[in-house]
Amino acid sequence: MKGNDYIIEFKNICKSFGDKCVLNDVSISVKQGEFLTLLGPSGCGKTTLLRMLAGFGSPDSGQILINGTDITDVPPHERPVNTVFQRYALFPHLDVYDNIAFGLKLQKVPVNEIDTKVRKVLKMVSMTDYEDRDVESLSGGQQQRVAIARAIVNQPKVLLLDEPLAALDLKMRKDMQIELKEMHRKLGITFIYVTHDQEEALTLSDTIVVMNEGKIQQIGSPTDIYNEPQNSFVADFIGESNILNGKMVKDRLVEFVGHEFECVDEGFGEDVAVDVVVRPEDIYIMNRLEGSQLSAKVKSCTFKGVHYEMFVDTDKGYELMIQDYNAFEPGSEVGLFIKPADIQVMHKERTCNTFEGEIVDESHVKFLENTFECPEGHGLEAGDKVKIEVTFASVELIDHPEEGMLAGEVHFLLYKGDHYHLTILTDDGDHLWVDTNDVWDKGDLVGINIAPKDIKLVKYND
Amino acid sequence: MTKRSTWALPYAIFLVLFVALPLILIILYAFQDGSGNFTFANFTKFFRDADAIGTFALSLEVAIENTAICILLGYPAAWILANKKLNKSAVTIVLFIMPMWINALMRTLATAELFHMLGVQLGKGTLLVGMVYDYLPFMIYPIYNILDRMDKSYAEAAADLGATPWQVFWKVQVPLSMPGVISGVMMVFMPTVSTFAISEFLTNNKIKLFGTIIQENINSSMWNYGAALSLVMLVIIGITSLLQDNKKEVSGGIV
Repeated sequence: MKGNDYIIEFKNICKSFGDKCVLNDVSISVKQGEFLTLLGPSGCGKTTLLRMLAGFGSPDSGQILINGTDITDVPPHERPVNTVFQRYALFPHLDVYDNIAFGLKLQKVPVNEIDTKVRKVLKMVSMTDYEDRDVESLSGGQQQRVAIARAIVNQPKVLLLDEPLAALDLKMRKDMQIELKEMHRKLGITFIYVTHDQEEALTLSDTIVVMNEGKIQQIGSPTDIYNEPQNSFVADFIGESNILNGKMVKDRLVEFVGHEFECVDEGFGEDVAVDVVVRPEDIYIMNRLEGSQLSAKVKSCTFKGVHYEMFVDTDKGYELMIQDYNAFEPGSEVGLFIKPADIQVMHKERTCNTFEGEIVDESHVKFLENTFECPEGHGLEAGDKVKIEVTFASVELIDHPEEGMLAGEVHFLLYKGDHYHLTILTDDGDHLWVDTNDVWDKGDLVGINIAPKDIKLVKYND
Repeated sequence: MTKRSTWALPYAIFLVLFVALPLILIILYAFQDGSGNFTFANFTKFFRDADAIGTFALSLEVAIENTAICILLGYPAAWILANKKLNKSAVTIVLFIMPMWINALMRTLATAELFHMLGVQLGKGTLLVGMVYDYLPFMIYPIYNILDRMDKSYAEAAADLGATPWQVFWKVQVPLSMPGVISGVMMVFMPTVSTFAISEFLTNNKIKLFGTIIQENINSSMWNYGAALSLVMLVIIGITSLLQDNKKEVSGGIV
């Protein structure tokens, strides 16, 4: 596969730890000199992927190529990459100079050359005169700089950074972001950066790979990711957004919050359920109703420094977040307007819960490793395989996990203007999606009930 | 007197009775003759006695050899025990540490019996084997402790910077585990210098160590000379413990 200009290629990487799949068919190509960020919540597999590139941990299946050469089985010390570790991992028995010179000494670089190089990188990270300092006497920010210097002094083809700024305070983090960007420009090498901080990713990257639960959600430039999120996870994770259920009426016409809006999207088909994302800064808010698309009442208004953040209730009872430079008094009637290009329409990943199941008897069906009562008269034999459909709204969540047919944990939640859309992870590791008006928090333990009438059996055509 | 210092009283009494007082007595006795007059004679006697000096040198030699063998055997053992890939069970660790729980005299007697049964000639060889057997766990444990708690990211960082597994070991893991080694040396070297029971049982008193001489002198009521010899030994042990003080970090040790 030589001849392309990709420096790194991940090809169909899969990895599981025990039963848990941490990387599921991940493929990424990185161009020479690119600043690529792996972004996602903790546990999404981003660090596992980075460590694989450094040589710590190998994929269960798939390939990693550097400059077209398969390095999947190459040990860490022979890979042309260097890593800045999350907690720096500076050697406590060596001073700043010897920490930085560690790699060069191993390569048997002549002493005077080592000296020149070490002093050069020390200058680059603004740590001149710190050569003889004990690394443990340095502040977090200084240790960070030494860790970066220790990695870049070896002139790697690729620099890997594992949440390098996570341990620094906000001000320091902002400063280091600018310095990292500058360093990337000067060095001209490829940076692979891992973070869970979406703002950091947007600031630094040429390309962002958004990951969740071991899968790539979207790959794109910061502006692409922000303006055109491909699914509700990306929309929610990157920046503030209003995520709403909608219906694509026809090409260039979408219905949400009870109104029809012109949009720029085509090719979804007619009357197709979709997710709609509108960024809070893209909703125009005004004191008059003429020229507006819908009316709303301001619920709250908070000053955020650059702008005001307002929550409004629309005429059809949906809640929207709006950011504007002008403040509107709570209680006031306002008109809202959204430009067609600011409406981002996304395919729904699913419109109801579907499970694989098996008929137990006339009135019972087994799925999600449990037996549920189901409507009688399905006319199927015991042991028949069936598909079970349960709408999001008909799943009942209760406070006490032990009182439900299933127990689980609220894994992810999304506010959709008039209800919450929850992802529940059952104790057996299955996913369940629920629409509810009740307020739950991430991590809440819940009991799950499904009424017999809400279980719809769909026979497989065989 | 505040409440807190009241609590310290039992310990203070203990320290005075069993540490400070004996030390003072040793010093007093060491500089006195049989009738209580101040003298250096006990020391001049020791330094002029070729036999005593010889035993002293032999004791040091045996202690150094024992410590060296314990490091050579104990470090790899500790490394294997701390390596999760090689050692998946906590039981193996207990097996290695278990001899520490059994009285040293019992173990030594058993070892002597074993040699007797096997028909091995008792001598310096059997003495060293017995000592290593007795003290090896004291070397393994502190080293294992520090290796086990060592942040894995140091080894990863070194490998990432181009170090082969061998270089990772020598340039990172060994230097970082030195506090554990020093702890081990303290716990092996010091007691070996002063031991007498092991040499008595395992060489049939053919080889006399410094501890044996002290014991013999005190047993035959040569209190003053015995005290002087004890003081010499204390100085040696004191010098060894300086080794530890010079290193700022011994946090990985057994304490």
